[in-house]
Amino acid sequence: MKFLKYTTLFLSLLTLSAAVTSCDDDDSPSLGAIDMEFENVAGSTAIQLNSTTPYTTAAGDQFTITTLRYYISNIKLKRADGTEFVQPDSYYLIDQGIESSRKFSIPNVPIGDYSGITFTVGVDSVRNVSGAQTGALSPGDMFWTWNSGYIYTKLEGRSPQSSNLNGGIIFHIGGFKSPNNTIRTVSPAMNNNMIQVREGRTPEVHFKADVLKMFTGPNTIRFAASNNIMGGPDAVKVANNQAAGMFTLDHIHGN
Amino acid sequence: MLASNTRRNAKLLVSALIMLTIASCEKKTPQPAAPAATPYNLVLPTQLPQAVILPTNNPMTVEGVELGRKLFYEVKLSSNNTMSCGSCHQQSKAFTDGRVKAIGVDGIAHQRNAMSLVNLLWEPNLNWDGAATSLETQARVPLENPIEMHQRLTDGVSKLQQTSLYPPLFAAAFGSSTITEDNVLKALAQFERTLISSNSRYEKSLVPGGPALTLDEQKGKILFFNHPGESGNSNARGGSCDHCHSGNNYLFTSTNFTTPGGTTQYFNNGLALSADLGRFGVTRVAADRGKFRVPTLRNIALTAPYMHDGRFQTLEEVVDHYNEHIDINTADPILLVSNPTINGSLGLIKLTATEKRQLVAFLRTLTDSTFIKDPRFSNPF
Ligand code: HEC
Ligand code: HEC
Repeated sequence: MKFLKYTTLFLSLLTLSAAVTSCDDDDSPSLGAIDMEFENVAGSTAIQLNSTTPYTTAAGDQFTITTLRYYISNIKLKRADGTEFVQPDSYYLIDQGIESSRKFSIPNVPIGDYSGITFTVGVDSVRNVSGAQTGALSPGDMFWTWNSGYIYTKLEGRSPQSSNLNGGIIFHIGGFKSPNNTIRTVSPAMNNNMIQVREGRTPEVHFKADVLKMFTGPNTIRFAASNNIMGGPDAVKVANNQAAGMFTLDHIHGN
Repeated sequence: MLASNTRRNAKLLVSALIMLTIASCEKKTPQPAAPAATPYNLVLPTQLPQAVILPTNNPMTVEGVELGRKLFYEVKLSSNNTMSCGSCHQQSKAFTDGRVKAIGVDGIAHQRNAMSLVNLLWEPNLNWDGAATSLETQARVPLENPIEMHQRLTDGVSKLQQTSLYPPLFAAAFGSSTITEDNVLKALAQFERTLISSNSRYEKSLVPGGPALTLDEQKGKILFFNHPGESGNSNARGGSCDHCHSGNNYLFTSTNFTTPGGTTQYFNNGLALSADLGRFGVTRVAADRGKFRVPTLRNIALTAPYMHDGRFQTLEEVVDHYNEHIDINTADPILLVSNPTINGSLGLIKLTATEKRQLVAFLRTLTDSTFIKDPRFSNPF
């Protein structure tokens, strides 16, 4: 029952004009930007949708992927002194099917050195139930009507090990209500790298998202038994795996 | 390539916003040298995505839309003056023709079923295979196609120029009584952009105090939106329809609105492959074989027969297809997830006969009876 009000439109127009205004701040010497890139991989192989060559999980199950999407939100950058830059209102949907979605820019980052980065895999619980549903949060097939919440990670494909008809595998990781909350916040190891934000120099932070890690870690997921996960306790198991090591910092350009 | 498209879209969006700002400034301080044509006040229903992109080189005007409506119903745009866009896209059938496959001016069948024309503002790619990327360019195809209206647009333009009706209407809409092919296409597109439907019985049922759905319709709604096992509840039963025909944005299509203007997605819904390979014909990518755009289910009770080749006559046959006959080798994986077997379960997805009836009952609530009677969309002649 999500009849967006007229105010939503006005709000989004206001936000945009606010964004235009704050673009001016880019010129101000104390602010810079960071480019973020997410490369989706299965181990050492770059993901290709609908590829006929299967990927293999740590437990030995084979699978191919037709759809892969996940939300990244609430990005925080940490300085060595422990203070933080928190990007306001940041929601990004990384979609393997839309190349441009795998790169985005964080504007208005104060110049400085950042030794840590933290982000949420998913959408915070507040935003699941309120706020403007525009941009990356536009309702569509990453949204559950019945939970009124977002699907944080969607992976679909086929596996010969799956007991579904002809091996369909469906993983919809979402849900924000206890005990099946699947929102996870990760801080990939920086390995002594620094994100150096400078005037006229925009570092590019390159992450790898390894889908194999969804199925291994604290919980081993075998497709014979788990092949249709749509929230609930099984989704929590996958979310815990994701938190334990799906996202790694690969390298930083422009330092 | 995709990246640069998005950048272009982003620019278009920004310019659309600037246009909005300009338009609203004009309202406050009327310009003395305002153009002759009156800006058309396009109202987007609030439940539909607001991130639509209007082409900056074809701003909608009251005069342009009204001219487009006449052209849409104008038989002079066909070779033997018998057929208009409205022949295959009839308002009473939610702008379809009731035929299995469309039949052109020479009695020859098209390879596909005529599509419903509704909420086209939210379709970045048109036709069953997404081959057309704007309404302006799409319209030339039926006009000139030998198995549709079969007349070069330049000949149509000459016919219109000779009438007393059209030159002044083009002058009012585009500032010149000399008719051009571009302006015919632009006016048609402007009219098509006004074909907005947002008042189905389902939508009315969601407004507080609106007419409630029957018990069967409500159960059908749950089956429509749910996947089997939804929310970690292994007993939840569903048909997964919403997975592709997204009801969350009230468009009942798969266009993804997380990017400005939207991105069309194509799926294989398990129909047995035929010579028409859909999206593959456009991209030549093997994975696109048998994939089609996901058509809207708005007004679906009015638009039989169904699918790109009109192979199903009724909604019952459509539901039988999804439940019992999908080609499991080509179908999207979501269609491979079954419900737990219960008494009387049928087929692959394992809905019961009662559940199938309930699903169809829900599909019938997607009819917008005001849309098919709206005088602004009707034949003006
Ligand atoms: C002979 C019947 C026929 C006539 C006449 C006809 N169309 Fe169509 N229309 C079709 C068919 C068939 C399709 C599907 C084409 C395809 O997928 O290749 C279609 C598709 C469309 C679409 C795409 C809708 C969508 O959702 O993607 C639009 C827009 C359209 N027609 C507009 C027009 C206009 C404007 C005219 C008049 C200039 C017109 N049509 C005349 C049969 C017809
Ligand atoms: C995997 C995506 C997908 C799912 C899930 C799906 N559909 Fe479809 N649907 C499509 C596509 C694609 C088409 C067009 C196929 C074609 O014409 O070849 C379509 C066509 C239709 C049509 C015909 C529309 C027309 O204008 O002719 C109806 C009706 C329909 N689907 C209903 C349903 C119902 C009911 C369900 C749930 C049981 C469902 N769909 C599930 C993708 C899907």
